[in-house]
Amino acid sequence: MARKDPAELVNGSAEQSGTRGAPSAFLEVRDLKIHFPTDDGLVKSVDGLSFQLERGRTLGIVGESGSGKSVTSLGILGLHNKRNANVSGEIWLDGTELVGASQNDVRRLRGRKMAMIFQDPLSSMHPFYTVGHQIVEAYRVHNDVSKSVARKHAVDMLGRVGIPRPDRRVDDYPHQFSGGMRQRAMIAMALSCDPELLIADEPTTALDVTVQAQILDLIRDLQEEFNSAIIMITHDLGVVAELSDDILVMYAGRCAEYASVDDAFHRPLHPYTWGLLGSMPRLDRERSERLMPIKGTPPSLINVPQGCAFNPRCAYRDLNGDKSTTERPELVEAEPGHQVACHLPLEKKREIWESEIRPKL
Amino acid sequence: MVAFIVRRLLGAVGLLLIISAVTFAIFFLVPRAAGVTSDDIAGRFAGKQPDAATLAAIKDRFGFDDPVPVQYGKFLKAIVVGDTYDTGTEKIHCPAPCLGYSFRTNQSVTDQIVDRAPITFMIAIGAAVLWVIVGVSIGVLSALRRGTIFDRAAMGIALAGVSLPVFFTGLLSLAFVVHRWNLLPEVNYEGLSDNPFNLILPWICLAFLYAALYARLTRAGMLETMNEDYIRTARAKGLPEKTVVFKHGLRATLTPIMTVFGLDIGLLLGGAIITEKTFSIPGLGQLALDGVNQSDLPVVLGATMVAALFIVLANLVVDILYGVVDPRVRHS
Amino acid sequence: MTGNETVSTDKTTAEGTTVPAADSAGDARPIADGEPLLEVDGLGKHFPVTAGLLRRQVAAVKAVDGVSFSVRKGETLGLVGESGCGKSTTGRMIMRLLDPSFGKITFEGEDITTMSQGRLRPLRRDLQMIFQDPYSSLNPRKTVGAIVGAPFRLQNIKTENGVKRAVQDILELVGLNPEHYNRYPHEFSGGQRQRIGIARTLALKPKLIVADEPVSALDVSVQAQVVNLLEDLQDELDLTYVVIAHDLSVVRHISDRVAVMYLGKIVEIADRNDLYERPMHPYTNALLSAVPIPDPAERGERKRIRLQGDVPSPLDPPPACRFHTRCWKAQDICKQVEPPLVELSPGHEAACHFPENTTVSATDEVAKAAVAPAPGTTAADDPAPEA
Repeated sequence: MARKDPAELVNGSAEQSGTRGAPSAFLEVRDLKIHFPTDDGLVKSVDGLSFQLERGRTLGIVGESGSGKSVTSLGILGLHNKRNANVSGEIWLDGTELVGASQNDVRRLRGRKMAMIFQDPLSSMHPFYTVGHQIVEAYRVHNDVSKSVARKHAVDMLGRVGIPRPDRRVDDYPHQFSGGMRQRAMIAMALSCDPELLIADEPTTALDVTVQAQILDLIRDLQEEFNSAIIMITHDLGVVAELSDDILVMYAGRCAEYASVDDAFHRPLHPYTWGLLGSMPRLDRERSERLMPIKGTPPSLINVPQGCAFNPRCAYRDLNGDKSTTERPELVEAEPGHQVACHLPLEKKREIWESEIRPKL
Repeated sequence: MVAFIVRRLLGAVGLLLIISAVTFAIFFLVPRAAGVTSDDIAGRFAGKQPDAATLAAIKDRFGFDDPVPVQYGKFLKAIVVGDTYDTGTEKIHCPAPCLGYSFRTNQSVTDQIVDRAPITFMIAIGAAVLWVIVGVSIGVLSALRRGTIFDRAAMGIALAGVSLPVFFTGLLSLAFVVHRWNLLPEVNYEGLSDNPFNLILPWICLAFLYAALYARLTRAGMLETMNEDYIRTARAKGLPEKTVVFKHGLRATLTPIMTVFGLDIGLLLGGAIITEKTFSIPGLGQLALDGVNQSDLPVVLGATMVAALFIVLANLVVDILYGVVDPRVRHS
Repeated sequence: MTGNETVSTDKTTAEGTTVPAADSAGDARPIADGEPLLEVDGLGKHFPVTAGLLRRQVAAVKAVDGVSFSVRKGETLGLVGESGCGKSTTGRMIMRLLDPSFGKITFEGEDITTMSQGRLRPLRRDLQMIFQDPYSSLNPRKTVGAIVGAPFRLQNIKTENGVKRAVQDILELVGLNPEHYNRYPHEFSGGQRQRIGIARTLALKPKLIVADEPVSALDVSVQAQVVNLLEDLQDELDLTYVVIAHDLSVVRHISDRVAVMYLGKIVEIADRNDLYERPMHPYTNALLSAVPIPDPAERGERKRIRLQGDVPSPLDPPPACRFHTRCWKAQDICKQVEPPLVELSPGHEAACHFPENTTVSATDEVAKAAVAPAPGTTAADDPAPEA
């Protein structure tokens, strides 16, 4: 499985990277494409995604099911099986390109330089090994230390993420932990090698709201302590608003809007972002009489609509003639630091937001 | 855990009682219903042309005319404390566990079983070692190389293995490997003193069937396990692929296979009937088969009880092992 | 799949055969809007835990431990709480999918707590349930028409233009294409499946619908569609809802009154606005403060209450006030005396010795009750720790 495939290196971005060179950002993803050939057709789960992230900053990736957000995170970690996924584009992590790198080189970075927290901490931990064993394993694969040293480190980490009596709990199995404690243990495991990039894929979706608050606090505190770069993948706009510096809204495998958290919540420019904001009931506002849902359902990735993928659900597509149904909008910088992929003219978008959307939120 | 084991043991005893009662009923009541009299049974025991007095003595000695529940009770009692038979001229003591005497050969059934069990053991254990190693390895490789030529070929052969009965592969291999090509000597195994490698052909034939089964099971299990979230986590930690597969993947895959293995080996230890018949090996299966063919009730009962005992024990061991392997079972 | 409807199909009630679906069931006593349709009194469910050789009961999971509330006709009652608080168990007991260990359920003035499944059957038309998972709660081998039409057949109800027509009307009502009558569940998206699930419950024009996490498995944009649909249907069909959910924003949006549960007990129940604007119980306060707010400007602005640790096990809940182990306001009395659920302001009940947003406390109420023993007061609740 760990065999190198020379063709991958050539087809991948090795040659491209030569022309553009290493970026200055800590993490830069350029035109990432992750396609899965299936019997029903090519599933373009991620189709041309670009973003950057600096140390100590948090990027929130927001999207619904099938938007490609989780596929992206697995792609950065190099966890897609090259036999059933075509990955192209560039992923630069601290000066190293990962898409064209050998599987073994990427593996060595996984867990050490970049780590991941998953959604369901129960199914994400091996049921047959103790929590401590799993942390020790993560630590020892990258650090040449004895078992007892690694064990001490595991106890340390468990204490650091707020697990009471870590010296005892270290020998417990995952099923003996509560949901919140399990997610803390998962975080301890992810942080055991002091990674510089932490990807959290819906880290609190399976948790209760009071526990979610604890975990979000913990992630925030740990980020301050470790100065890690964090990618927070979620469908919950509230979580993103609390934690992120920048936001990337994904729809059908592509970026719909990419902006600072302030712009994204206070001056969003994409009808899909408007729709998301209008869909959720909010505790911080007067109760609205009615929610403003987006009509229809997220598209199947095998049959992505022609033109703008969002057009069948968009209330404003007719303002563009038939452009939305025929031509795919490119992601452009509409305002400084605010990118959006939509055919509507900027002025029109600002007007709609101010007059139609914002008052109803 | 102790309560669990005790409860399972009590359950096992209960199960054995039921099995013995059912077997007793089948081999005792059904022939009676079909018109076989106690004279006929005694006649089988006495040999050719017995006189009436001999028959009566035999019936009296074995209690053939007692009510069936009484006979069943005696049968059970003999297993627990042994029995003493009075032939008129001498008293024969049959120590516990006494399963009675064969109608045909007049031998103690217990002794016959003790004689033959090692032979069946050798067949089963040898084949089991083979099939577990071969079956699981092929299953794992197939799963990891899903869709490749290797996978397809292996699964094709496995399908054949599952479909072909041992008497077919056995007779075929006897005909070619032994008789035509003279690659291996005749299968000749009658006890522990014989060279166990004489059993190589039965091992291979029996293992072929089971290995095919296990390869398919392992492959399916492995494919499922490798899609589990914790495997993704193991990879995300940066573990080398072989650790992911063999430590995280295989352990979870093998746990359910352990259950199947327990049942299979339990079943085989009670007599690998087809294999023994095909290769003419005098194991427990042959014993049971001969017993049935000759309506030799004590032998059939004994063989059935031993087979049931093995299955029940194997089940018990598997259940306990499950607790050892899977901490979730242990703590529940 | 069709859980509650699969109770024996052999016989039909005399009532069921004669009364057309359009004006189902002649009630003994019609209930007007605002009157209690469902009353739950001291309801509890203890699941036994067995151990040892003889499997003796050694303990009980006190999933629900004495909850009382009423649901008025035409209103929506929200049941919120974290996992393990007993909200779903309560919902299932109301539906009689689980048998209560103690307490009483009254529906339309009739005690249904111990009613046999046979006698319950005509009632099943009035009581329906929407399940969380639109993927596993629909039989994949049945067409939408068969799923939505099943209640008609099970209750043997005559429809004016045939079952198919009736089903198509309902499909249209929930926003599905009536032409999809012959399609199978897998051909639909999650949101559409939830609509099918809702259509199934509507077939017999129920009076009360218990919705257990009706939108939590759906995408954000689709959630809003289903929430709006539930609201429209309530207006059109005069439905009464009990909505069980963990999402406080959704519950606020959809409910008229809200009950907050913690470890098998209701700790606070009030009108929606009262509860969200002036929460009295510390637990409610903590819950509300934990909800992430989708506005970056609010970051760091809000009062943050962070509960420590996890919800204790319902096997061995803390004595007296169950919340005292995590409560920042807890005093000695909280560990010794269970605060009763009492009305601290009009229509606003809370079970706390030191409530917020009010000047009276449960303790005061207890004291008052002790001076002038009023009938029916809950103050006499056993103060000694249980078990």
